[in-house]
Amino acid sequence: MDDTLRELYQDVILDHSKHPRHFGKLVDATNTAQGHNPLCGDRVTMYLKVDASGRIADIAFEGKGCAISQASASLMTDMLVGRTVAEAEKLMGGFLHLVKGEDAGDLDPDDRERLDVMAGVSAFPMRVKCATLAWHTMKSALESGETAKTE
Amino acid sequence: MTAQSKISTAFDPVATRADFPILSKSIYGKPLVYFDNGASAQKPRQVLDAMRDFSATEYSNVHRGVHYLSGKATDRYEASRRTVQKFLGAAHEDEIVFTKGGTEAINLVAYSYLAPRIQPGDEIVLSVMEHHSNIVPWHFLRERNGAVLKWVDIREDGSLDIEAVDAAITAKTKLVAITHISNVLGTVTPLAEIVARAHAKGVPVLADGAQGAVHELVDVQALDVDFYTLTAHKLYGPTGIGALYGKRKHLKGMRPFNGGGEMIREVTRDVVTYADPPARFEAGTPPIIESVGLAAAIDYLNGLDRAAVRAHEHDLLTYAREGVRQFNWLRVIGDAPGKASILSFETEGMHAHDLATVLDREGVAVRAGHHCAQPLMERFGVASTTRASFGLYNTRAEVDVMLEALAKARKILV
Ligand SMILES: Cc1ncc(COP(=O)(O)O)c(C=O)c1O
Repeated sequence: MDDTLRELYQDVILDHSKHPRHFGKLVDATNTAQGHNPLCGDRVTMYLKVDASGRIADIAFEGKGCAISQASASLMTDMLVGRTVAEAEKLMGGFLHLVKGEDAGDLDPDDRERLDVMAGVSAFPMRVKCATLAWHTMKSALESGETAKTE
Repeated sequence: MTAQSKISTAFDPVATRADFPILSKSIYGKPLVYFDNGASAQKPRQVLDAMRDFSATEYSNVHRGVHYLSGKATDRYEASRRTVQKFLGAAHEDEIVFTKGGTEAINLVAYSYLAPRIQPGDEIVLSVMEHHSNIVPWHFLRERNGAVLKWVDIREDGSLDIEAVDAAITAKTKLVAITHISNVLGTVTPLAEIVARAHAKGVPVLADGAQGAVHELVDVQALDVDFYTLTAHKLYGPTGIGALYGKRKHLKGMRPFNGGGEMIREVTRDVVTYADPPARFEAGTPPIIESVGLAAAIDYLNGLDRAAVRAHEHDLLTYAREGVRQFNWLRVIGDAPGKASILSFETEGMHAHDLATVLDREGVAVRAGHHCAQPLMERFGVASTTRASFGLYNTRAEVDVMLEALAKARKILV
């Protein structure tokens, strides 16, 4: 069996894609954003609840897509719940480098290990967009919150 | 002139493969199995050589100079036009307009022919299986001119009901815009009949021949179609060039498309008058080298027994269609009788992109996605499909490789 493929579609990824965590809607979301990959038609909607102290109290996502995009969304929501917006942004920045095969910076070793399951995507440049869709959508959800707050 | 390919009575796909240099390439150590011909076909040596030789010995701009090479290049460019004319069975060479592709050819008709004839509420009839390039130009007319798009549904098997087309054509219809072959389903539409029904109501028909020109033997006069478009890169020719066939009577009455050099009769500070078709629609330096490549591609096809090529492609389709029946998790979308060699399918529990990635690692190039046909995806309630589209150089052995790769993908992904 092709090792690069095995690395891409490893069990953790397939498990996340088949049983996505935090899948659904948040009725009391403070921030939402929609992401769309026009190349493949995949869509994702992110719902977050950011509390008064700037902590992501809850996340949910809905969407349809390939195993990579679904697993990436699931893993991300799992990792971001409970973090402050600043922590989330750091993690997101690290991830976006990692999937392109670039230096992910000084991530916490535990975070690094969890994100590493997605690192196989870097060997598939045509699929990097699938992995980043949820993360970019999360970024715009957080930014939409910023503007909402400053108003 | 280009060297004529030799005439063969029987068609041997394996021998043909030697003409296509890229087919001997390996991908991740596996032999390339190229099943993305619907998106773009590979080019035979004859096309590549013709373009290189022309560039090396006869190239110059066209219609502009009095010098030797300008004359040579103009001759070749105009000879290419005649090659396309004959290929489509057009009555006159000035009925062939070179464009940069199929998309531009349709946009040209939308802008130069239809837009000035549209009053708010006028209708354009099209099918739900159109490629975006035969949808969006009409949406422009909806947005800008108040045209109404009338969508004709297809049957569950992907075939088109002529009565449904007929019923959609009303006194308000200004054009029927329909594909000759669906790039997703492979459906061949009953074009001659559609034209007959439309003409009975005084309505012209544009056929999107991006796929049709590849798989069918087209005769625009027999079809009596008003406009027919093609794109060279799917026809084993180069990118950057396509053609619009338009009946003389239509082209003569059409306003120019782009403005620039070549398309004028006279320009003064105050007025401009336009050249006759086809020059009127070919502003600027045209794709000269590409026209030579397109003609070489057509010569190449004409050198084969096209009926035998068609039979071979149908054989591949049937073989693949039968082959995928072993997978109870796979649903073929589009089973219209007599369809062309394009096989689209949906797979339970596997997304088209994941599947295409696994196939790719086996050397099998297929297309995954919406294939620029989102209304059709919506019609079948899918976000995307996987599509294998077969060309003249493909073989049953390659289909076997794909079938094995599909089984493997199932093991990896589910
Ligand atoms: C049915 C159909 N129409 C139109 C087009 C557009 O052709 P092009 O992209 O070469 O302009 C394509 C291919 O992309 C097609 O498959």
